[in-house]
Amino acid sequence: MSATSARPHASQPSDSAFILKKALISAAVALVLFSLMIGIRTEAGPEGNLIYWTRFGDLAAIVATVFGGSIIVELLRQWWGPVDKERIVPKPVQSAMSFAGRWLAPALLGFTVLVPVIFYDQRYILDLSILVLTYVMLGWGLNVVVGLAGLLDLGYVAFYAVGAYSYALLATNFDLSFWVCLPLAGILAALWGVMLGFPVLRLRGDYLAIVTLAFGEIIRLVIINWQSLTGGPNGVSGIPRPTVFGIPLDNSDDGLAAKLGIEFSPTHRLVFLFYLILAMALITNWVTIRLRRLPIGRAWEALREDEVACRALGINTTTTKLTAFATGAMFGGFAGAFFATRQGFISPESFTFQESALVLAIVVLGGMGSQLGVALAALAMIGGFELFRGFDQYRMLVFGIAMVLLMIWRPRGLIGHRAPTVFLERNQAISSDLVKEGHG
Amino acid sequence: MDYFAQQLINGLVLGSIYGLIAIGYTMVYGIVGMINFAHGDIFMIGGFIALISFLVLVSLGLTAIPVILLIVLLVSMAITALYGWTIERIAYRPLRHSFRLAPMLSAIGMSFVLTNFSQVSQGARVKPVPPIITGGYTLHEGAEGFAVQLSNIQILVVLATIVVLALFTWLVSRTRLGRDMRACEQDQTMAALLGVDVDRTISMTFVIGAALAAVAGMMYLLYYGLVDFFMGFVAGIKAFTAAVLGGIGSLPGAMLGGLAIGLIETFWSAYFSVEYKDVAAFSILIVVLIFMPTGLLGRPEVEKV
Repeated sequence: MSATSARPHASQPSDSAFILKKALISAAVALVLFSLMIGIRTEAGPEGNLIYWTRFGDLAAIVATVFGGSIIVELLRQWWGPVDKERIVPKPVQSAMSFAGRWLAPALLGFTVLVPVIFYDQRYILDLSILVLTYVMLGWGLNVVVGLAGLLDLGYVAFYAVGAYSYALLATNFDLSFWVCLPLAGILAALWGVMLGFPVLRLRGDYLAIVTLAFGEIIRLVIINWQSLTGGPNGVSGIPRPTVFGIPLDNSDDGLAAKLGIEFSPTHRLVFLFYLILAMALITNWVTIRLRRLPIGRAWEALREDEVACRALGINTTTTKLTAFATGAMFGGFAGAFFATRQGFISPESFTFQESALVLAIVVLGGMGSQLGVALAALAMIGGFELFRGFDQYRMLVFGIAMVLLMIWRPRGLIGHRAPTVFLERNQAISSDLVKEGHG
Repeated sequence: MDYFAQQLINGLVLGSIYGLIAIGYTMVYGIVGMINFAHGDIFMIGGFIALISFLVLVSLGLTAIPVILLIVLLVSMAITALYGWTIERIAYRPLRHSFRLAPMLSAIGMSFVLTNFSQVSQGARVKPVPPIITGGYTLHEGAEGFAVQLSNIQILVVLATIVVLALFTWLVSRTRLGRDMRACEQDQTMAALLGVDVDRTISMTFVIGAALAAVAGMMYLLYYGLVDFFMGFVAGIKAFTAAVLGGIGSLPGAMLGGLAIGLIETFWSAYFSVEYKDVAAFSILIVVLIFMPTGLLGRPEVEKV
């Protein structure tokens, strides 16, 4: 597509009249767009009839914001130049960044390990870090599918749900302990991944995305409607808390506190959960890093870069995709089981498409394939959500806007970049772009 | 038999609405090659704008129902079309040469923006409207007291769909714009070389798709008598299923697929279970993609290196 990529930006006049005109057009468009949606507010009245009132003040404010914002964006764009230009970073900055890059991961890990020690008294921070770590684990799990194998999975939450419900139902119905259920949850989720993956993995990128999305919705709808098994919208409650290999974390005589001879505190359980999810996330990370060096991991990366070339080289794309899918699903199942035991209560509301999109956004923000990037992205995303806690209804709006802007600004993610583990050092004379579909 | 006939009518009406949305998906996919994930939400916005403009017109004192409906239709088509244009401009055009998944992710983001924008601006509660078009005909009085009804609103939905489709078919097959669109669908680079303004054509594709979705949104509002901010998600996936079932890229296929999905969903609810009707629709999507990836009227896609 090199013929159409010369965009008209470069030749545009840069005087203020042009900027003003553009801003005026933007403001006019905004006025029409928001005239009814914001200018008039409808609501179901007390007798079931519709009533409305006007909000022209808000409308004017928004149109003015669009006008001002448009001017600022245009000025910034002229100052910054074309978006896709290669920028040369000065040498000292480069070396400083690579130094930081080398030490960031160990430093972050060290800090994470110490979080329960530092914030022992702050329940809120402990809770939040457990949540962040859950998403780190989910992100790392999905990263295998999206980041390494390049398969867009919009229904990842289905496997999370399978894991959570597996543990919840096995534990409440058969009294199995967490440590027995955890592998079972992972295996069941992987099984579902294979079951879904086997027929659909022949599909191309965006078809696959929609099918996984449909699958995620099917799982959620079945959970809602199969009331005799799953409790329907009411969910499953009274899910057993995890034990330290059979020793419960409670105030009883058999509890861990009593056995160790220390005073009981409910924080013990939080700390235990924290280290549990940290260990699970690190195992996910370790497995992924190891897998990347195996032939199967190399095959995943090759598949991401060029599927047709992969097939020409004799890689069985179906089984390669299937293993990626199943591996990702298994980690999702583990995370689900952890989620169930942490919450003690699960319901279908926790497994909506929004959750899938959130995990996907973490992976994309993290640079699709970079482990450190995903961890930092999870921290940024969940932390950002916490900042917007007071503005609950706006946070998904901001999330959506952020996702669009991120795609425009840095489609390859904020932090990492996805270089294959092995690649040719020497540049080839002809790139595959040029020979695509008769452009060469 | 009467029950069957009634479900057939209901299914066709629902299918018309799905078909109108599905055309937007299939057109965009044909030309840009992306799934416009936000299209279902465009449909929702269309419904909301129809609702609000209807409310304003009634409170201004207009009483002639046909005039009101016509104005509402035009207003919601125009404003929703502008939404389609703006979204393409902001979220998709900068990504046209980006990597494969970028437009899809941007579209998902846009879908969240639209859903939550209407939740924030219009509130989360379902907005009911009193029945605007009432009355109908009894086609057949059954022996067990079950009568096959054909209401006026059902007639209106089907008629509107046929009129809009006729206009649209004329647009695609007879006008300059339609020719440009078909040219871009085949080969954008070549079309550009031959003097087709590709950017403008793609914009117009989104505008037309959004306008059709607005018609669907208004029909939905009239038929079901309610809108809410979340209705675009499920309707969007079903319409996408319809587009795939009919063969993505094929315009008659989208309408055919829409009717098929509408019928399947209605009959499934009527004879099996209402709770699992969405599961049935989504399962069809999966099954179709596995066994018939080109759909009913689609062309097989050749993968070139």
